Amino acid sequence: MSLFDLRLSDVHNRLHHKEISVADLVEESLKRIGETDGKIEAFLAVDEEGARKQAAKLDSSGEERGLLFGLPAGIKDNIVTEGLRTTCASRFLANYDPIYDATVIQKLRQAQSVTMGKLNMDEFAMGGSNENSAFHPTRNPWDLERVPGGSSGGSAASVAAGQVYFSLGSDTGGSIRQPAAYCGIVGLKPTYGLVSRYGLVAFASSLDQIGPLTKNVEDAAYVLQAIAGHDSRDSTSANVDIPDYVSALTGDVKGLRIGVPKEYMGQGIDPQVKERVLEALRTFEAMGAVWEEISLPHSEYAVASYYLLASSEASSNLARFDGVRYGVRAEDPANLLDLYRRSRSEGFGTEVKRRIMLGTYALSSGYYDAYYKKAQQVRTLIKRDFDQAFEKYDLIVSPTVPTTAFKIGEQVNDPLTMYLNDICTIPVNLAGVPAISVPCGLADGLPVGLQLIGKPFDERTVLRAAHAFEGQTEHHKLRPAL
Amino acid sequence: MSITVKDVEHVANLARLELAEAEKERLAVELNAILKYAEKLNELDTEGVEPTSHVLPLYNVMREDEVRESLPLDKVMANAPEEEDGHIKVPAVLD
Repeated sequence: MSLFDLRLSDVHNRLHHKEISVADLVEESLKRIGETDGKIEAFLAVDEEGARKQAAKLDSSGEERGLLFGLPAGIKDNIVTEGLRTTCASRFLANYDPIYDATVIQKLRQAQSVTMGKLNMDEFAMGGSNENSAFHPTRNPWDLERVPGGSSGGSAASVAAGQVYFSLGSDTGGSIRQPAAYCGIVGLKPTYGLVSRYGLVAFASSLDQIGPLTKNVEDAAYVLQAIAGHDSRDSTSANVDIPDYVSALTGDVKGLRIGVPKEYMGQGIDPQVKERVLEALRTFEAMGAVWEEISLPHSEYAVASYYLLASSEASSNLARFDGVRYGVRAEDPANLLDLYRRSRSEGFGTEVKRRIMLGTYALSSGYYDAYYKKAQQVRTLIKRDFDQAFEKYDLIVSPTVPTTAFKIGEQVNDPLTMYLNDICTIPVNLAGVPAISVPCGLADGLPVGLQLIGKPFDERTVLRAAHAFEGQTEHHKLRPAL
Repeated sequence: MSITVKDVEHVANLARLELAEAEKERLAVELNAILKYAEKLNELDTEGVEPTSHVLPLYNVMREDEVRESLPLDKVMANAPEEEDGHIKVPAVLD
């Protein structure tokens, strides 16, 4: 059994009694990366030297032990790490070495985890398969012919393969939860504003949120505890009290009221995926929770609204990549305009250009009201659907993704089909509410994810319910034979 | 409403992208397909509905106007493609 299969409290007990050292944990991570990364290619960069140094420092320190003391972590490559190359899996940033740490990285340092390196993703977090990485695709540890999901595909595959104890990802339309579902692990997207975005390379600023990917719900609660909190450097950071997430994990869901949106269980949902979700609902019933079918009537408009809004925000955010201050500059530009155009055209991949074009068009003179404003109004209607549902229910439950992981190359040429994979995850970002994906079994040998959606800033209920479900099932203990 | 290659060229210019001919044609087809799908939104009557740009009730977030430490110049310049005397160098703006 791997050290990474131990509960966090067990790891800390062993460290405390000097049965193991932080160096052992780091060596375990490096060994596993060495054994498996040739197959799954989750990492873009492994910081072997930095991790060993940090392990030695932690082993010799007499400091009070942080919440995540000694745990090897992988970081999605759109979260900036001082001195450690951060590329967003884009050729544009192939040479970019950040000169500061993201707030979440500073918080991980306080919690005393060990950063093992940077994880692959779809370029600038645009995509759901990691096939849009400019460097190489990551493969699903459960089936190397299949995608790990995305955009945090490296983050999910790495945890599933036992390379790291936990990882951080980012979620704009499902980018933590969908790969977590495809790789059979836990992925949490916190409420918008709970975790600082300072140092997260922006894709769609009103939707992006950083969160943990872990092997179980308890670990997710610990990592969230470490990274949540107000940050004056992120003006969209919420100034709320951070509760104790771990103490929410009581195992008790008696009387919990669950709504199951019929729009998330209908057309396009694989029958086996639906069956796993219904089994999960029976498990909740057996624990004393109650569920009934509800309607979120504007669900079918979420994908269209999202792609207009996210692309519009992206077209604005990615204007900063101009080849002037950092990144890869085109050779021998004729003038400044030529420098902008060629640096961007040579640096960005197909999907990134497609979204910049869509967003620029939606924001351009004459089309703003028809597309951008209309999409924002529909966002209001979608958010109201959730507000109304949460007047009556504590939690909304659905599949995380309509299907299991698809084959590499199967969908890459069809942007619309690819976008429809996100039908259950996108509304959550538009409404800004928290949601977790937890394993709820297999379909034809591939993991299925169960999504639990909560009220704004009510991560405690989301984690409590997810943890109680996990306690009644064995799904999260399944590991890919890699 | 249908997007032509000419429209694609106009938008590419706004976005400061340079596209090959084949790319322009492909993008015209793809953008038409995506926007056709987006027209679904017109099924909804949104008359009088406030647009949501942001889910949190945050407006202007102010701080004291005080001098703070900036990023160190030498480190900032380390990522610049071309620099001279503490300035980032670019080609002439006008020919």
